[in-house]
Amino acid sequence: MNVANAPLLSLITFLPLVGVAFIAFLPRDAVQNARYIALWTTLVTFGVSLLVWINFDTSTASFQFVEERPWLGPIAYRMGVDGISMLFVILTTFLMPICILASWESIESRVKEYMMAFLVMETLMIGVFCALDLVLFYLFFEASLIPMFLIIGVWGGPRRVYASFKFFLYTLLGSLLMLLAMMAMYWHAGTTNIIALHGVVFPAGMQWWLWLAFFASFAVKMPMWPVHTWLPDAHVEAPTAGSVILAAILLKMGGYGFLRFSVPMFPLASQELAPLVFALSVIAIIYTSLVALAQEDVKKLIAYSSVAHMGFVTMGIFTFTIQGVDGAIFQMISHGIVSAALFLCVGVIYDRMHTRDIDAYGGLVHRMPIYAFCFMVFTMANVGLPGTSGFIGEFLTLLAAFKTNTWVAFLATTSVILSASYMLYLYRRVVFGALEKANLRAIADIAPREVAILLPLVFLTILFGFYPAPILDVTAVSVKALVQNYQAAISTAAALAQ
Amino acid sequence: MSQLQALAPLLPELTLAIGSMLLLVYGVFRPDTDACGRTVGWLAILVMLIAGLMVVLQPAGTVAYFEGAFVVDAFARLLKLLILGGAAIAVLLALDDLSDIRLMRFEYSVLILLSVVGMLVMVSAGDLITLYLGLELQSLAAYVLAAYRRDQVRSSEAGLKYFVLGALASGMLLYGASLVYGFTGSTSFATIANVASGATVSENIGLVFGLVFVLVGIAFKISAVPFHMWTPDVYEGAPTPVVAFFASATKVAAIGLLVRLVLSAFPGMTPQWQQIIVFLAIASMLLGSFAAIGQRNIKRLMAYSSIGHVGFALVGLAAASKEGTQGVILYMAIYVVMTLGAFACILSMRRDDGPTEEINELSGLAQNNLPMAFVFGALMFSLAGIPPFAGFFAKFYVFLAAINAGLYTLAVIGVLASVIAAYYYLRIVKIMFFDEPRDSFLPVRGKAGFVMALTGALVLFAFIVPYLPASLITVAEAAANSFRY
Repeated sequence: MNVANAPLLSLITFLPLVGVAFIAFLPRDAVQNARYIALWTTLVTFGVSLLVWINFDTSTASFQFVEERPWLGPIAYRMGVDGISMLFVILTTFLMPICILASWESIESRVKEYMMAFLVMETLMIGVFCALDLVLFYLFFEASLIPMFLIIGVWGGPRRVYASFKFFLYTLLGSLLMLLAMMAMYWHAGTTNIIALHGVVFPAGMQWWLWLAFFASFAVKMPMWPVHTWLPDAHVEAPTAGSVILAAILLKMGGYGFLRFSVPMFPLASQELAPLVFALSVIAIIYTSLVALAQEDVKKLIAYSSVAHMGFVTMGIFTFTIQGVDGAIFQMISHGIVSAALFLCVGVIYDRMHTRDIDAYGGLVHRMPIYAFCFMVFTMANVGLPGTSGFIGEFLTLLAAFKTNTWVAFLATTSVILSASYMLYLYRRVVFGALEKANLRAIADIAPREVAILLPLVFLTILFGFYPAPILDVTAVSVKALVQNYQAAISTAAALAQ
Repeated sequence: MSQLQALAPLLPELTLAIGSMLLLVYGVFRPDTDACGRTVGWLAILVMLIAGLMVVLQPAGTVAYFEGAFVVDAFARLLKLLILGGAAIAVLLALDDLSDIRLMRFEYSVLILLSVVGMLVMVSAGDLITLYLGLELQSLAAYVLAAYRRDQVRSSEAGLKYFVLGALASGMLLYGASLVYGFTGSTSFATIANVASGATVSENIGLVFGLVFVLVGIAFKISAVPFHMWTPDVYEGAPTPVVAFFASATKVAAIGLLVRLVLSAFPGMTPQWQQIIVFLAIASMLLGSFAAIGQRNIKRLMAYSSIGHVGFALVGLAAASKEGTQGVILYMAIYVVMTLGAFACILSMRRDDGPTEEINELSGLAQNNLPMAFVFGALMFSLAGIPPFAGFFAKFYVFLAAINAGLYTLAVIGVLASVIAAYYYLRIVKIMFFDEPRDSFLPVRGKAGFVMALTGALVLFAFIVPYLPASLITVAEAAANSFRY
């Protein structure tokens, strides 16, 4: 059977909706069935996505598994993946079963609705990474706000209403400006096909505005300083699995957007505005690291560290070098695994103690040795210790930045020290020290279900730290093509100017 | 016989007019009970369905009758179907709810039918006289409908306000029409278009004045800011099924009238009317967004919401292009569906002690009645313009036209307004899904449930299932092609 011709991408995108339909028709009290249906749906989706990965041809930069169906006249339903989007699809399908398992016991109210929201979320996230049409991309991109809004607002913490509104309205404003830019692109190029748009040269002045409009959307999503303030609120109030999805996948939509739209479609504006991105990235890296240092809430600390790590991603992308872009993608995948794992670790102790105050913990290593080990691996990965996946991405982006702009690289490198400070400080205060708090004495180490959640993540963190090839091989050709096309566009423009 | 055949294009209007008179006679000679009122209601729905069928069966193409005073083209046919559909559902929703307050009298359905006749004439008007006839027939019936709950002060107040301000607007419209007639020598749109063109038209101050006054009169009817003051009071005071009718069918007819007037009578004065439309659009979008934030009554909120939506629809008209008209048509079609769905939900907010209109009463609806909360939530997201719901595609096409016409400032303001508007729609979702449940509402009744299921399915699926979206857009495009640009 030739799987390359089957509509595999549509299949993995819409498979979760089948699970939604099943859960919708369950009786109200069939809570356990809802959980199992959600788990099996996400596992099957993951399995099918692996099929895509196995059949993915890493020797070509063109889009694969391409599907095209009529939809709204010139706006068509187009799907496809290349080396840049492939890994994000796998990351999404891989993390979803983990999210379902992580919510197995911690979500007790309205379980059916919760599972449905997550499955809808999965469809929309996969759709974002597979869409090859501007309007289709936008549809998935913005529709993903709805389930996340409900997840934060219904199952979140005490300030969930504030956090969910802030999340929704912030992102909506950015993405609506992007929508207007997409319309302008449509009228200029006569198509919304992303593959075709990669070949369209927009006038330099127009690129400027389009770039800014897309930047408004992706910078909020990423999030970049100074529009990052929704993130700590959303993270803190969201339930554990919601934080995982937010940190691991939703943030990556911003970085993916830069790689899919800003750089290849508006190369001149990207080149011109790269200093702005560098400046914001460096501020994000240093400033949010310092802010993280002062946090008393575990989740907030990790949220700020996410903003800092995303700074490396934007910095890497806008060096327009192979190392930089490779490093940025690697950093995104690695952060997807590590930050997800860190939030899951926080979830483990939050489920037991129902507090996220760092001060409420201490000496957990005496009661929870396995937990302490897992948490340590992820702490080290977040710091960027060699031998963990966190190192490769940071190293590559810094390498590229050093070549492009030494000062940017110099300033960004300070984050290595800062991240070590806040992460080790966090780890020391939570895990080490004497077990003084009375209510911690009875705390139990992680259960088999939690081991099953964390173990794959530990494995991948260390595997990619020593052997990054599975990721870099997939991205190599596409990134090379991206960088070459960018260079070609810049030199053509320079030649024309003379 | 041939003379009768010549009347064929008028058949829908004639059916409705004769039908309403027959139903009036029937009602007068039957005992004045709710049972009789319900029978008349069902018959009225039947009459509207027959009229709709006649509209569907009309041959394609544009035909003008009575020296161009009455035009039947693809645009008119599509809008007539929307009006008939909206009105039929408004009567359907009224059957139960007016019976509750013992007001399901035959007059209600007869008045709606008369108003609908006026609306059909409005969207087919090709002459200032026809325009005024249709508008007044529609309005006079609507004034009575607003005051339909005569034992209630608020309803009478709503009717009175609507009447006084409506009469003022009609006066301005007539004054403008007389100026236009005076400076062009004709009331026919085609002749006006011929005279009101050329380079010197902007110096013809009398004609410009006439245009402004006519537009003011119509702006009142579509409740565009700054002529919107009556809307919240009328929406709050009038019985809810009547409001569903005002918010759906009436809006479509008035917007249709405006589109036809400016595109077929004043194509030579596009820059003049365009700036007025741009102003109305911006003011309506902004006021609709900001003023709705503080509302506690769901009907008042829907009033401001409708003001905002008229603003968005006008964005398409401001583009003055085929794409723009297509956008307006799609917008109104989707808006009618969303509004009727929302009012079906509002009518289902009933407890043992009667209906309620407080937004806070929706608290925790998702835990008491998930299907209703789901439909209401989907409608709210759709009204806010979030994909994949139909409301997104409505906004998409009007903004697409605005960008093509180079109206970037208008588009950006529209986008900002829709973010602000998203806040109050989200607030309703928040109340339904996040807050703690109160006593549950009475079970949703069959007719309201039917409307909810229908509109919910439409806003969710109309633009994401295969094949259907392309045909919807083709139909709207064909309607937009009725005009020359």
